[in-house]
Amino acid sequence: MTVRIIPCLDVEDGKVVKGTRFKDVRYAGDPVELARLYDEQGADEIVFLDISATHRTRKIMIDVVEKVSECVFVPLTVGGGLCSVTDIREVLSAGADKAAICSAALTNPNLIMEAAAVFGSQCVVLSIDAKKTGNSWHAFVEGGRKDTGVDALDWALRGEKLGAGEILLNSIDSDGTRSGYDLELTRLVVKRATIPVIASGGAGSLEQVYAAITIGKADAILIASLLHYREYTIADVKSYLRERGVRVR
Amino acid sequence: MTVGVVDYGTGNLRSVQKAFEYLGAECRILGPAEDYAAVERLVLPGVGSFGHAMLSIEASRLYRPLMDWIGSGRPLLGICLGLQLLFESSEESMGVRGLSVFKGTCRRFREKKVPQIGWNNVRARRENRLLQGMAGGEFFYFNHSYFVVPEEEEVVLAETDYGVIYTSIAGKDNISGVQFHPEKSGRAGLETLENWMRSW
Repeated sequence: MTVRIIPCLDVEDGKVVKGTRFKDVRYAGDPVELARLYDEQGADEIVFLDISATHRTRKIMIDVVEKVSECVFVPLTVGGGLCSVTDIREVLSAGADKAAICSAALTNPNLIMEAAAVFGSQCVVLSIDAKKTGNSWHAFVEGGRKDTGVDALDWALRGEKLGAGEILLNSIDSDGTRSGYDLELTRLVVKRATIPVIASGGAGSLEQVYAAITIGKADAILIASLLHYREYTIADVKSYLRERGVRVR
Repeated sequence: MTVGVVDYGTGNLRSVQKAFEYLGAECRILGPAEDYAAVERLVLPGVGSFGHAMLSIEASRLYRPLMDWIGSGRPLLGICLGLQLLFESSEESMGVRGLSVFKGTCRRFREKKVPQIGWNNVRARRENRLLQGMAGGEFFYFNHSYFVVPEEEEVVLAETDYGVIYTSIAGKDNISGVQFHPEKSGRAGLETLENWMRSW
């Protein structure tokens, strides 16, 4: 098994954007073009997050997924505003392989169970937007604006019990800051969960990616800014890791 | 070349269809009432649980056409759960009988994280048309919690190591099955599908 390197495309109005701590977004490219580029560079999966998550932008996202899945043959995950089994079915039939659910699962945890029963756990990614609050981390919703008061670790473990197949762990504090992954949070969740954990938020250097694997013990790594602004290619990331003894594809 | 993909109502079949279309094949999703004689080869995909899949196959009256196909000598490829369904039983759904084309059962991983999600190697155990032309060391995308344990050694075509060395490609005569997702395994996966279309 290899550690997966997963580019994340935050899509707003059909364009890839990237913000800092979930705010101040700037333009980063066309989603279909970027997805093809990352596939050529050796992406192990691709994640698309609809950050506006409205009815209208869903249609745009569906269109992006349709196009990408015709020419890119690695797993595609789609998230952002998915609230029901019907929503999930819609993205899967457009060509997505997995659905990431976040806010809706916190409001209605049974959605995880229902989705896993209908599509299988391998289709269900529980996305957790976590922010340090006092001595622990809370799960936030609505694009990181609202604190639910729910402990992020407890939520991860509950999501696993309900049937999630993977956890996508986003650190709001680190998002887009390039200060590195939240290693403490990642390690905590990896240690307790038995399903794979994808670390997300904060990659600013290759050392930090390496640290998320060796110290955070993440099973997969999400990267955005580092790739979008063409600082590094996925091939660069992988050869850096390979040289340090990490098994990559 | 027309490829049929068996639709028994549980899986996401779009990805499989798109991969075959990319390779230039015509690909039809086949429900129970559809004409199996109109396709030249058949894919048995699968996600969800062993028991649920077998129940759906029976409920949608697909058991008979599937068994007829298998008996007819025409090529069939099981993918992921579709491979597991070719065996007799699974720890996942005790008491449910599989298609029983191959003798053996399916067991849950106990050695590492479950499910196994990600890219892993496939090592050929014997001459294997699905891996033809590949150098070895290619990675394929896996996403599963159970693996097949064949009783007959000769159906083991390739193996994968996930804390336990298990069968990741099984096959005999016209029937093949892969535990990984060739439709999601990049170039190596597409090559596997092409090999399958060329070789039978």
